[in-house]
Amino acid sequence: MKTIIIDDEPLARAIIKEYLSDYPDIDLVKECNDGFEGLKAIQQSDPDLVFLDIQMPKINGFEMLELIEQPPAIIFTTAFEDFAIKAFESHAIDYLLKPFSKERFDKAMQKWREQTARPGAKNDVPALLETVSHSPGQNQRVVVKIAGKIKIIPIDEINYLEAADDYVKIHTKDGAFLKNKTMNHFEQILDSSQYVRTHRSYMVNVQQITRIDPYEKENHIAILKSGAHVPVSKTGYGKLKSVLGL
Amino acid sequence: MARSPLSESKFRYAFLAWWVIWTGLHALLISYYGFSPTVALLDSVITNIQMLAACWLVNIILKYYLPRKEKYLNILILGAGLSVLVVLNSKWILSSILNDEVLYLSFLSKSIPIRLDMSFLLIVCISFVWILWYVLEEKQEQEKRKADAERLAREAELYKLRQQLQPHFLFNSLNSISALAGSKPEEARRMIQQLSDFLRGTLKKEDEQWVKLSDELQYLELYLDIEKVRFGYRLTTEISCDPASEGMKMPSMLLQPIVENAIKFGLYDTTEAVIIRISASKKGNDLEIMVQNPFDPETSYPKQGTGFGLNSLKRRLYLLFARNDLVITRPENNIFSTIVRIPQTS
Repeated sequence: MKTIIIDDEPLARAIIKEYLSDYPDIDLVKECNDGFEGLKAIQQSDPDLVFLDIQMPKINGFEMLELIEQPPAIIFTTAFEDFAIKAFESHAIDYLLKPFSKERFDKAMQKWREQTARPGAKNDVPALLETVSHSPGQNQRVVVKIAGKIKIIPIDEINYLEAADDYVKIHTKDGAFLKNKTMNHFEQILDSSQYVRTHRSYMVNVQQITRIDPYEKENHIAILKSGAHVPVSKTGYGKLKSVLGL
Repeated sequence: MARSPLSESKFRYAFLAWWVIWTGLHALLISYYGFSPTVALLDSVITNIQMLAACWLVNIILKYYLPRKEKYLNILILGAGLSVLVVLNSKWILSSILNDEVLYLSFLSKSIPIRLDMSFLLIVCISFVWILWYVLEEKQEQEKRKADAERLAREAELYKLRQQLQPHFLFNSLNSISALAGSKPEEARRMIQQLSDFLRGTLKKEDEQWVKLSDELQYLELYLDIEKVRFGYRLTTEISCDPASEGMKMPSMLLQPIVENAIKFGLYDTTEAVIIRISASKKGNDLEIMVQNPFDPETSYPKQGTGFGLNSLKRRLYLLFARNDLVITRPENNIFSTIVRIPQTS
């Protein structure tokens, strides 16, 4: 069994390592300082279990998980008690609140063993991330992967969103990025006074709109500062008007 | 603005019912003296409609102007004035409508003093009812304001306490101690010592508003030592302090949140080792403190450009000095600088 520890504090890693010394069948393959290293290590060594801190440099633990297609079993280790605890309870194997005792650690390990032994185990990371993304204070940026690199997009820099099959294309001043999410997801997490679903397949940042022109029968088209043209349906036009106070 | 008693339907109906009864009694009284019901009713309705208007006028006046104790005389004057107006006006209207009822006209003239008395009594009485209402209303509003202020103060205090405890910092430090306890008990003991000194400092500083820069820096060192144990090689600090500024005064516990902000900003925004630079100098009559941390302009949130922990700092300095220009932030060449100027009072 392979495991990885991802935590930016060396001593926080040390204590997990120490507790793990009682588990000879578990092989600690890598210790990572941040989410970037963690992402690489998970992709390279495909671990069975990951100990993951949440507050880390550059990208936090949740953002790192979003970038993995088939996330491994996760035990969160965190000093946070204020948010997302519900998410842990319903979807993660376990979470350890720092500082935690050896007994508590053993309990989490036992939980993990029980759940991996059983098929259809409860390690529903996508559901976890979905729940977390709806907790306040979690949505200031979007993390995407492009050509093996990680790009962090602050929410304000999104010009508009476009549905593209199973993905959403995020258009920014630096170009377009794909994110494996649905339009409905973005509609829920983005501030509805700034981002308006103008069309079944489009959502636009109203701050970026310079002009709205009529287009064909009942439709309109929004022209953005970047010069992009975004379709606006009849219902979308109604929503846009109410947000802009027209 | 106080609510008028007539804005509440319960009072409005009671007031109108009372008016109807009073008008009826008035009519009965007139017919008692031998006049026809038509005459009695006309006299009563015409007089009392004006009385109603007078009462309503007093209510409006009191809504905007509530006399204090020594000004109650004004109410008597207002009452007298309004009664004269009501009675003379009624007399004029009634004598022009009923100009052929000779007996009634002489009765009307003779009854003027009684009518004046009654009107005066009524208007003054209702005035005091209104005053009572508005005074109670004012009291209630005052109490509500007081309760609101107390609630705000309590919330602020709770927030301050929570901030002082810094749960995130505390739990992570305890976790580090827990790790050290197994492998390096000596270091664990030292860190417990540092953490205790830091927490004791937090509690003690509660009473002191102003401290010397050198004291604040000493306190800061405690905090930095703990953070260095937590983050290991990734965190280095450089403190430089102009000797002229050492004895200058500053609000207590001001520096630690700035440095905490810089560490968070620096450590969470880059993956390399970071250096936090803290320098203090004397600028004119002010103490100037600069805290610098590296950041990555590519990935840091634009909103953090002003720093997430700096709002409460600005608020505190504003409350102390009533100035908004004491905190400056400057991102340049991957270094984020927070500059705080502290005017020296006295």
